[in-house]
Amino acid sequence: MSSHAPAHDSPAGNAQDRSPQFHVGHHWDSADAQFDAGKTGVWLFLVTEILFFGGLFCAFFVFRSWYLEAFVSAHHHLDKVMGGVNTIVLICSSLSMALAVRAAQTNNKNQTVLLSVVTIGFALMFLVIKYFEYAHKFHDGLLPGRYFTYAKAVFPDERIFFGIYFMMTGIHGLHVLIGIGLIGWIAWRAQKGHFSSRYYAPVENVGLYWHLVDLIWIYLFPLLYLVG
Amino acid sequence: MSSHASPAASGHDAHGGHGADHVPHVLDLKWYFGVWIMLMVFTVITVAVSYVDFGVLNLVIAVVVATMKATMVSLIFMHLAFDHKFNGIAFLSSLVFLAIFIGFAMTDMNSRGIAEGIEGEHPVKLDEPFGPLRSERDRELRARLKAEKAAGHAEGAAAHH
Repeated sequence: MSSHAPAHDSPAGNAQDRSPQFHVGHHWDSADAQFDAGKTGVWLFLVTEILFFGGLFCAFFVFRSWYLEAFVSAHHHLDKVMGGVNTIVLICSSLSMALAVRAAQTNNKNQTVLLSVVTIGFALMFLVIKYFEYAHKFHDGLLPGRYFTYAKAVFPDERIFFGIYFMMTGIHGLHVLIGIGLIGWIAWRAQKGHFSSRYYAPVENVGLYWHLVDLIWIYLFPLLYLVG
Repeated sequence: MSSHASPAASGHDAHGGHGADHVPHVLDLKWYFGVWIMLMVFTVITVAVSYVDFGVLNLVIAVVVATMKATMVSLIFMHLAFDHKFNGIAFLSSLVFLAIFIGFAMTDMNSRGIAEGIEGEHPVKLDEPFGPLRSERDRELRARLKAEKAAGHAEGAAAHH
């Protein structure tokens, strides 16, 4: 099922020729300790992200319980197809990111760069589709709170749904944008030959962040688009 | 579970005194594509289910399917299944705290206004919110008992005559 770092298209030579710029900090007991600590640090950051979005989900559930009919009525304005396509896009981006990490682990410099760029491509696709969704909402006047000017609203409280919708998808979109920046940095460093089976922690850790962004969308999509 | 540096595996370290290199735990490709296919399948399922009206179950099914997808992403793509248990525990604990957070907020928000109805049936006297003071109540009680005893004696005396 698993193997230890076979050397694919690696430069000829010993392991110490790989990632020559990398060295274990002198305050660490071992390379493993440094790697594990960095990864745990990122997991703790992901915990804070989960609680951060959790607050928004709490707002969604509370307002939904207070204004159920308004929420169900309002959510029909969301395009399930575009949302579904975006879900597929992010799932594919998660695959390409995970494969990019694996490529770094197996000394595949070219694949690491390529897969990182592919991930960014999917992320950009997500943002473009999001742009078209938002543009349609703006055009119809389906905006949060006091900016809501949609004339054919069934319930006045539908504006609350759109407050939640824009806040959650907007902040998620911001996280996608930040992810694009981080993955771009990884692609650039990979191109310079920084990563190898000896040193791939940044790829792994940016990958963890990116998977979390996908995880959040996995919950956002059904709750906002499908259930309402 | 995690990959510990074994001196035999990668051997060389060029920086003196730090021991062997970190050895990555590489997962077979079939795991990645398998999870990817399952994620697509579950997405199709969850969208399909949303077109049928199951009432409250729609929300339940949506959350359950989303959780199954999330489990696959976190165990395989994020490597939690092969990692130090601490990372998984940290991740799960955030979900526990989230459940407490949302659970209590929901029950609180949805039980507002019940107290007002109860108070309407038994309105509070603002001067004596908990009733008369105990010391006053005891004094009145003793005075009443004394009066009853005195009345009892008087009746008894009258009955004798």
